[in-house]
Amino acid sequence: MSEASVARKARPKFLDLREIRLPLPGIVSILHRISGAGLFLLLPFLLYLFDLSVSSPETFATYKAIVGHPLVKLILFGLLWAYLHHFCAGIRFLLLDLHKGIELEPARQSARLVLIVSLTLTVILGVWLW
Amino acid sequence: MVKRLVVGAHYGLRDWLAQRATATYMVLYTIVFAFAALTLPKMDYEHWSALFSGGLMRFLTFLFFMSLAYHAWVGVRDIWMDYVKPLGLRLALHLITLFLLVGYAGWAAKILWRL
Ligand code: HEM
Repeated sequence: MSEASVARKARPKFLDLREIRLPLPGIVSILHRISGAGLFLLLPFLLYLFDLSVSSPETFATYKAIVGHPLVKLILFGLLWAYLHHFCAGIRFLLLDLHKGIELEPARQSARLVLIVSLTLTVILGVWLW
Repeated sequence: MVKRLVVGAHYGLRDWLAQRATATYMVLYTIVFAFAALTLPKMDYEHWSALFSGGLMRFLTFLFFMSLAYHAWVGVRDIWMDYVKPLGLRLALHLITLFLLVGYAGWAAKILWRL
């Protein structure tokens, strides 16, 4: 047996999904991807609402009725969070790209900040809007 | 051994930059929009639609949707490339994404210029 394969065998594996803990920056990162994909998927719905809301007083009323539906409210609440999370995490990534805050501790703290700020803003704006 | 795939004429860096430039613009626009929308005297049809019919705001909003389309194109394509390996399927998904985004951009332009 070659040395390489021995070395490979000896490598510790830790892939128990119930035990793996994704660190905070990892959580922010995967949520950034999920929020981006979600925004993309629901973009036609948002454009449709935007279209209704600015076309005429009548369609504005239709728009009001649609966004008044509890299920639609729930979806919009989710989208609001998706946008705000993607927004905050996006700014964090842009700063990291400029090598701002890339050390372990600052990066952890900014990740926590992103989660807290986007959730807080979602609740404040969500409650205020609806 | 690492097998490296040649994936075209280094469009990677250009798109990476464009994704960041469009992201920066969308951040700025979001702040301007949020401020304008939250300070509307009244949330009714007249005030809301007037928000987008001014020359400057219409232009900025149009630019926002163009940025969004380019940004989402790079982003969604990255996601397909990460998870979808069969080439034909991947190509089909890329094309669908592209057509959708071009369509959305056209739709947004139509909405804005009808105002
Ligand atoms: C407020 C404005 C936005 C900012 C600051 C922003 C920022 C960013 C940044 C910096 C990236 C690159 C992340 C990376 O390479 O790891 C990114 C990726 C992405 N963005 Fe945005 N974005 C914004 C709006 C949007 C919108 C409105 C959409 C959807 C329609 C979107 C969809 C995506 C997607 C799908 C990706 C790819 C995600 C991935 O590869 O994991 N973004 N965004």
